[in-house]
Amino acid sequence: MENMSRRKFLKLGGAAAVGLGAAVVTKTADAAQIGGSYQKDSARMQAKNWGMVIDMSKFSEESFNACVEACHSFHNVPNIDTKKDEVKWIWKQTYEQLFLDETHEHLSAKYKDQEFMTICNHCQEPVCVRVCPTKATFKNDQGVILMDMHRCIGCRNCMAACPYGARSFNFKDPRPYIEEINPTYPTRMKGVVEKCNFCAERLALGQLPLCVELSNGAITFGDIDDPQSGVSKLIAENFTLQRRANLGTKPKVYYIV
Amino acid sequence: MYKPRNIIIGVIAFLALIFFPVWSSLFTTGEAVGAEISLDTPMINAMENPKCVEDTEWMRANHMKLLADWKVEVVRNGNRIYVAEDGQKYLASLQNTCFECHSNYDEFCLKCHEYNNVSPTCWTCHVEPTVVEEGNK
Repeated sequence: MENMSRRKFLKLGGAAAVGLGAAVVTKTADAAQIGGSYQKDSARMQAKNWGMVIDMSKFSEESFNACVEACHSFHNVPNIDTKKDEVKWIWKQTYEQLFLDETHEHLSAKYKDQEFMTICNHCQEPVCVRVCPTKATFKNDQGVILMDMHRCIGCRNCMAACPYGARSFNFKDPRPYIEEINPTYPTRMKGVVEKCNFCAERLALGQLPLCVELSNGAITFGDIDDPQSGVSKLIAENFTLQRRANLGTKPKVYYIV
Repeated sequence: MYKPRNIIIGVIAFLALIFFPVWSSLFTTGEAVGAEISLDTPMINAMENPKCVEDTEWMRANHMKLLADWKVEVVRNGNRIYVAEDGQKYLASLQNTCFECHSNYDEFCLKCHEYNNVSPTCWTCHVEPTVVEEGNK
């Protein structure tokens, strides 16, 4: 040791520092998860890219109201009367509001005033995901646009970006406005954005979205990347509309008028 | 105005005061009493061998980290099933799994959180059974 050259000493020191650094990195990586392991439920609904076809000719007023009621009460969506503060996951809009590029001044009143079921389009090119600064909004492995409420900072970039008005902001604590809290699903807090999640919590356990189940066959739900699926066949056989297809967001909710 | 007697008395009184926790513990016996949490719920009472998803000791130390992992795995990765170290599978859900047994939020979660002076933000969104009962009256 007495004869160690300056050069050798520095080399050893450097090697030790690298080793120490590596140890710290592995330690932090190890600490990332504790306990047992994780897996998907074996009953999970399988699809590469979930999509939806809504056949308005089959949609009755009653089944539509049943869909809204079921969705909003299950997901603890508050019922706030004022337009500014309202929160909605599923709602009605007229043809003109929905398909503003596909209308003209002489369009038959039959279509113009017809009301359509409206939800988040779960776009293939979601603008909301691109603008979210915290990655709170993201696309999952099945093409569903989800929100991680734990990360939402309420900046509302996504609301400005979404061309469909599918997102609502909680301007106040939503809890007093929920008639009956569903204990199996969380509420939201003041200051976060929320929207339809294609019932991801149900898909994960092998159930179809609530609106699909309650639509009496008016809504078909399936894998639009699979040519053999029900939705793909409906799209192939019928004339379908997407909302504002010219914007390039590639919505995955298709309408048969 | 130099009065060493007053200064010495003052210093001794000061030291006695700040070392109160040290010397007072010499006269007390026994260990510190933790929060008294209750496991008296219908589900737990119905179990033959009451057991949480992991050992009690482990849960006491790590439940917050476990729940933070559940949050990420469920929401972001879609992994809703937690396979415990003993191989048992559970739905990773605070509201649907934890509260199934620990239906006494006030006597369980809250007691210990208050004792430890922590206020986790879980409950601004996740609904504890008490809120449901009161809100839905």
